[in-house]
Order: sequence, then structure tokens, then C-alpha cells
Amino acid sequence: MTMIFGVPAAAFFGQLLLGLINGAFYALLSLGLAIIFGLLKIINFAHGAQYMLGAFAAYLLLHLLGINYWMALFLAPLIVGTFGALIERYLLRRITHIDHMYGLLLTFGLALIIQGLFTNIFGVSGNRYPVPDALSGGVNLGFMFLPYYRGWIVAIAVVVCIAVWFLIEKTKLGGYLRAGTENPALMQAFGINVPLLVTLTYGFGVALAAFTGVLAAPIYSVAPGMGANLLIVVFAVVVIGGMGSIMGAIITGLAMGIVEGLTKVYYPEASNTVIFLVMIFVLLLRPAGLFGKEA
Amino acid sequence: MKLIKKVLTAAVATAMSVGAAQAAITDNEVRIGYLADMSGGYRDLAGPNGLEALRMAVEDFGGTVKGNKITIVSADDRNSPDVASSTVRQWIESDKVDMVAGLVASSVVIAATKIMAGSDTLGLVNGSAASSITNEHCTPNHIHWTYDTYPLANSTAAAIVDGGGKNWFIVTADYAFGHSLENDVRTVVEAKGGKIVGTVRHPLGTNDFSSYILQAQSSGAQVVGFANAGGDTVNSVITAGEFGLAQSGQTVAALLFFLTDVHALGVKTAQGIQLVTGWYWDKDKEAREWSDRFHQRTKSRPSMVHAGIYSSTLHYLKAVETTGSDKASVVRAEMAKNQVNDMFTKDGYIREDGRMVHDMYLAQVKTPAESKNAWDLYKIIRTIPADGAFRPLSESKCSLVKK
Repeated sequence: MTMIFGVPAAAFFGQLLLGLINGAFYALLSLGLAIIFGLLKIINFAHGAQYMLGAFAAYLLLHLLGINYWMALFLAPLIVGTFGALIERYLLRRITHIDHMYGLLLTFGLALIIQGLFTNIFGVSGNRYPVPDALSGGVNLGFMFLPYYRGWIVAIAVVVCIAVWFLIEKTKLGGYLRAGTENPALMQAFGINVPLLVTLTYGFGVALAAFTGVLAAPIYSVAPGMGANLLIVVFAVVVIGGMGSIMGAIITGLAMGIVEGLTKVYYPEASNTVIFLVMIFVLLLRPAGLFGKEA
Repeated sequence: MKLIKKVLTAAVATAMSVGAAQAAITDNEVRIGYLADMSGGYRDLAGPNGLEALRMAVEDFGGTVKGNKITIVSADDRNSPDVASSTVRQWIESDKVDMVAGLVASSVVIAATKIMAGSDTLGLVNGSAASSITNEHCTPNHIHWTYDTYPLANSTAAAIVDGGGKNWFIVTADYAFGHSLENDVRTVVEAKGGKIVGTVRHPLGTNDFSSYILQAQSSGAQVVGFANAGGDTVNSVITAGEFGLAQSGQTVAALLFFLTDVHALGVKTAQGIQLVTGWYWDKDKEAREWSDRFHQRTKSRPSMVHAGIYSSTLHYLKAVETTGSDKASVVRAEMAKNQVNDMFTKDGYIREDGRMVHDMYLAQVKTPAESKNAWDLYKIIRTIPADGAFRPLSESKCSLVKK
């Protein structure tokens, strides 16, 4: 049997693929964070709670209204994204003119309130969301058994990431967004409704978190605490990639998934810390992050 | 200075005279403090519903003991030994709490019982798993009621090895509880001629278990054991189902698995898993009747921990009534004199190390066809007789055990 660093090649490739799948989650979540930070300069600590809301929205849509996974994939982000837009309009907007630290505190407080409410209503044990029939089962790849659903996650995540990158970096709307945050007064003078643009952007970032939550629902327990653990890792990913860099967030997300996946084989005890080690090295060598621009 | 000295002398004298009058209920109240995780990862295990079980016990007892009112206070331990220590210290010193109920996370329990040791307050431990609580960490001030890790490892692992599952792969939570469970399983499996072919240790609160499941799957072991707890076990079992461990002929064993975990997973995902439990709500008529009353109040079925809280509190209150005292040493001795006969167990008894010894049960999660409703989750495969279920006193490291 071929060995790679003391691990059978088959197992090695299996772990590489699983790492990539987890990386897809990191990429989607850090993408939303990067958009919100890049355009609004808000450090969105409610991102994990919004991811959890997405999963719960899918769960409730199914159990209360009988709405299936495919519809939930659109509806849940729409509902949670609207909720996000309201948060921006009525809460975050009031503090844009003061220190960014207040945005962090506000979103952190919101996250605690939302999680607390859901814990009170649903308990902490979580709920099951079934894998959609079309994607249940799996295929034996020779080196590993791949559930179809995990394959779907990577595929859809890559498509969404590229589409978002294209939207922001290559379209006129994206151009307005970037310009609006660089110089809001000038954009306003050109007749662009900048405050609306900002509300929609935050809503969109939140919708991305909710979308990721729906993707996660069938493979993890849908529980109020599901976003809290993930959020800190995702922040580390954003820091490594460079705050506000869209492409940086996507590539770093996937890469960190792989780094973590391989750590789970070679030294599993460190799998929760390895990303933070990478973060420390990156901060020491390139304080602006791998893809960030020096201020 | 003289005045202070006088006051102090008077205070000491009063304290001593109170101490001398043992057979009395202090402050004319029996005060019970409920200390549990009310908001974190162990909330569903004991939490607010455990407080409800405690209230049921007090109400069923009549609300008073010999004309003295029974009062309940509660606090969230936040799974922090520091919070638990300071809460219990305040309860003992200023609130004059006589009994502490709940007591969930093992680290919290060890910290809290250290504070209680030597005081007049008794702790009734129900949520915690660690068998060390009545072993090296035993004190004269606490009793461990519902279950511990000793029968979890012994009975589950032994039953599976006897059923032909000789080669094991263990997925272990990387902290004291996981390590001790893993060691216990290793001992049992190897003693019965089985073999541990591999282990992997994951950090507490891991998001994704696919990597570990894949390692377990490619190990070729017949049995994949999860020596973890709560959300980690739930996510392990979900991922094991997703990767088709059962279809590829591997048996999944969850070594610490609660009713609330199985409820969260549903029988479709959890079916066939074997586990050990101290009690099950549907085990007999008496248990069912009590569970129905619990269900009316909480809209959920009680876990073994909830039942243990009720059972231990009633046994405690009976002892307070008989002795007319709420002093820990007096009540503790009286509790040990009488067997426990209620909806929780028959002929249970309290050993000198503080372990309440009772029958345990080997259960299996029902299939969707067998399960009639959302809480119809276990079939009891066999009863593990009280003697032999828990660590024998001959192996005890508890200083209270005379050898």
C-alpha cells in the first residue's frame, strides 16, 4: 500500500476531501463576514447566530409548514436576510459614526440574546433535519465512502462563492457598493441611495450565513449553540485571509479546511488550535493577512 | 477591642450550643439549593426540568417537614467549578442551605462537594457521570444517586463483546472524562479477549466528526465506540449514520448516551444503538405514572437524571422527618439506614462511600417501526443487578471505606 507521511494513500486522499468539504463551510461563512466588514466596516459577531437561524429556519419551515429542503435553501436566507436588513436599518445604522468597537459589542450582544432565546425555546440537545431524498446515500470512491450530500456541499459552495465574487468585483452593482463605502458623500451626489445599499449589503451577508446554515442542517444537529463554536474559527480564517478581501476569504476558507482536516489525521488533539497557530504566524509575517492590502 | 472579643465569645458560644442541639431543624426551614447547568450544554440533562422534578418531590412530600417549611433556591452553575464553589459557599455560610440538589458536570460536582465537606450541608449528586465522585473524591457530605461511568463502560462494552464484537475502535473526547471512559472500556474489552485496534482523541466541542468517522471506518474494527458526551455524541452518531457505518457491518456503541440525546437524534438515526441507563420512564407502571405527571408539567419525558433528583429528594425529606434534623451527618446516616423503594428503584441502598447502589439497565434504541411516539425510544434488553453494577468497595480508593 502506498503511504503518504505514514498514512495510507487512500486514507490521506479521503481526509483531504473531507477537509475541503469543511473548508467550503469556512469559505461561505468567512465570505459573508468579509463582505460585511469590507463594505460596512462592521465586525459582525452575530454571524454564528445568523448561521444557526438559517438552520432553524429550514427546520421550522419543514416541521411547521412542510416546506422541503430545496425551497428552504431560498426561503431561509430570504427570511433571515430580511431580519438582518432590519437589524442594520434600526440598530447598526445608529452607531456607524462612532468607534467600530460598538458595532462589535452590539452584534455580540445580539448573538447572545438570539442564542439564549432559542435555548429557552428548543433546549440545547438539538433537532434532526433529514438529508433530502435526492441526495441521500453515497458512492464508494475506492479510497473512501463519499455521502452524496457532502459532494453537493462542495459543489454548491464553490458556485456560490464564485458568483458572489463576480457580483462584487466584476459588476456595476458591485462597483457601486465598493465606491459607496470608499466615498459615500460623492456617491450620494451621483444620485445613488447609499444607506439603502448598505442595508442590502448587510442583509446579503446575513443571508449567506443563513444559506450556510441550511446546508449544515442535514449533517449536524440543529442546535442553538451550533454557530458559536464555528464563529471563532471563521474569524481566524478572515484574519488569515485579510480583513475585507473577498477572494482571500474564499481561498483561505478552503485551505484552512484542508489544514484542519490533515491535523485530524496526524495530531487530532490539536485540530481545534491549528488554525489559530496559522493565524499567529500570518499576523507576525503579514499583519494585513495573506490577501489584505497594507493600510 | 474588648467589645469585639465579647461579641465573638458570645457568637462562638451560641454557635456551639446550636451545634449541641443536633436534633433540630435549623431556622425552622429546610432549605434546598438547586445547582445545575441552566443554560449551557448540559441544560437538557438536568436544567429547568430538574428543578421541576425537585418541586414535584417537595409538593408530594406536602411542602413542610414537621411543620417546618421547605424552601427552594436555584442557581446556574454555568458549568464552572469557580461559580459552583462560590455559590455553594454562599449557600452554606449566609443562606443556610441544608441540601444541594442537581449537581451535573463532574468538575462542578468535585468543586462543590469539596466546599460542603465538613459542613452541615448535604449534596445529592444526580447529573454527574464520573465514578471518581464516590471513589477518590468521596466526602461524608454527598451521595451519588443516578449512575456513573463504571457501569457505562462495563455493561455496554461487556454486552457487545459477548455478542461477538471483539475488535474496537474508540473515538474519545480529549479530556479527563473521555480518557477515563476509554480506559474503562479498554480494560473490559481486553479482559474478555477482545482488542482495541485504534483510538482517536478529538477536542471537546468538535464541529465536524467526518474525519474521525472515516478513520474508524477504515480501521476495519467491528465496533466503533464513542467515549464522549452530549453534543459531541449526537454529532458523532449523525455522521456515523451519514457514512453508513452500520451498512458496512460496524456496530456503533455510544458509551454515555442520554434520553435527551436519543430524542434529539430521533429513532431513524439512532436505532439499534445499545446503551446503559439508570432508569427509563417507560420501564414499569410506577415510573410511567410519575412520568405522566412530569410530562403534564414540562411537556417532555424525564431523563434518568430528572427521576434521580425526585427520588433522592424524597428519600432525603423522609430522613429529615424521621430524625427531626437537617444536619448533614444525621440525615446522611438515616438515609443509609433505609432502602430506597420508589418509582426510581427497588431495594436501592447507600454505601459508606456515598454510592447509591441500584439496578441499572442495558437498553437498545428502538427502530422506527417499534417506536410509537417521539419519546418511545428504548427497549430494555436486560437488567444489570445492583450488586456488580457499580465499582466494588474492595477496589475503592475512598477514605471513608474501612478495609
